[in-house]
Amino acid sequence: MEKSTDNILIDIKNLKKSFGDQKVLDGITLQLYEKENLVVLGKSGSGKSVLIKCIVNLLQHDEGSITVGEHELTDINEEDLIEVRKKIGFLFQSAALYDSMTVRENLTFALSRLNEKFSEEEMDVKIVEALENVGMPDSIDKMPSELSGGMKKRIGLARTLVVNPNIILYDEPTTGLDPITSDEISNLINETQAKFNNASIIITHDINCVKTVADRIAMIKDGKVYKVGNLEEFVSDDDPYIQSFFK
Amino acid sequence: MPKRLHYSDKSSLNLASFIPMVKEKSTTFFINIANVIQYLKTILRNIFTKKFEFQEFLKQCYQIGNKSVGLISITGIIVGLVLTIQSRPPLVEFGAVAMLPGMVAVSIIREMGPVITALICAGKIGSSMGAELGSMRVTEQIDAMEVSNTNPINYLIIPRVLAATIMIPLLTLYADAIGIFGSWLGINIKNTVSFQLFMNQAFKQVEFIDIIPAVIKTFFFGAVIGLVGCYKGYNAGRGTESVGIAANSAVVTSSLLLIIVDLIAVQITDLL
Repeated sequence: MEKSTDNILIDIKNLKKSFGDQKVLDGITLQLYEKENLVVLGKSGSGKSVLIKCIVNLLQHDEGSITVGEHELTDINEEDLIEVRKKIGFLFQSAALYDSMTVRENLTFALSRLNEKFSEEEMDVKIVEALENVGMPDSIDKMPSELSGGMKKRIGLARTLVVNPNIILYDEPTTGLDPITSDEISNLINETQAKFNNASIIITHDINCVKTVADRIAMIKDGKVYKVGNLEEFVSDDDPYIQSFFK
Repeated sequence: MPKRLHYSDKSSLNLASFIPMVKEKSTTFFINIANVIQYLKTILRNIFTKKFEFQEFLKQCYQIGNKSVGLISITGIIVGLVLTIQSRPPLVEFGAVAMLPGMVAVSIIREMGPVITALICAGKIGSSMGAELGSMRVTEQIDAMEVSNTNPINYLIIPRVLAATIMIPLLTLYADAIGIFGSWLGINIKNTVSFQLFMNQAFKQVEFIDIIPAVIKTFFFGAVIGLVGCYKGYNAGRGTESVGIAANSAVVTSSLLLIIVDLIAVQITDLL
């Protein structure tokens, strides 16, 4: 897809975020375009997760701007923040399923909180559909404690998809999974993108995942964007820091 | 950033490092106080301005009652028994054994019932709130809730605090009743006294002023347990170790605060 200012979904400009004396993000400028999978790559502790948490306002940035659609997040009011969060799905690193709820209740919770207009029957249909999309329809009445790590990630993705977001943020979706399950999750990200035409930001340092899902890659180093490009540009780059990821 | 003191590092125990350490500790203390004030302010504001999560409140009431009723039954009956058995010999010595039911009833209603119930609930419910919310913080469930457009203060904290505030007085009244029953059992170890006679003797000594302040203070006990348990859990750190720390700290802090609140309540009651 051709990239222009018209199809920018998230526009991040000169974003800065510190925790005490520690500068985590030091002037990040990055755009997410419609229907693309943007991988944010970087070492552990480089601020990748902080970046996406700023996008959903779980963390407030110190300087710069984040624009999601027509909403700028600096000093955003509560109503606008709800609108922003309706557009964005977030798959957490640990899937973050609510321990005390069944899979059905987990999905119902997300759906009812973001969209109160559905009847119970409509919600049931949407929940079953979301679980089918991630290949987990049989787990509907299970508790999170009965699920494996990969299954939890799938249910977490179903919980994200059930609200029909047009942007999905994946926080290290393959971390802690075996190579086979990691590949399955990476393929699922692609299938989701193909089916729902959404755009995604995928935070990872798993190169196999990067190779499977990336339309574009942004590498973060020392709180700044070090390089942005496609997979071929990264693989063919002689820079030792970049090669340390891809060799 | 001043270097932290380690007790094994004797060379660092000097005045030069002591002053920055005191400065750091006092700064942390005042930051914590500011955080607690902010926390209380948010809770009070949200109770009156945001949607009340009634279902969650009912669930928490059920859980608090259900979790504690067994333990409170056992403790209540034992407290009643022990108080009766221990108080009996001196009263026999002074020929005042007829005062035993009334004395035990007043002790249980005014002090033993509320304080023991609150301390048990601080251990049982406070630690559970600290651990549950701490674990939700560590596993990003609280963040997930926020992303799902749910205010965690409204959904997690306010129902728990209000449920504890309502349920602790009810559990205390139950503990009082069980404790008085335990006292009757204790008296019947040595004598045969009918339950009706025992109750007549017991409530002859109990006045309105014994019951009302004792019940009022249990609302404060409940609020303390809920507020401290939720605060510690909600503000737990990010590592798994934080869950244990939050649970432990919830019990220790709320138990200490309960004793302080009790002391204040006793002083106020004395003035009445």
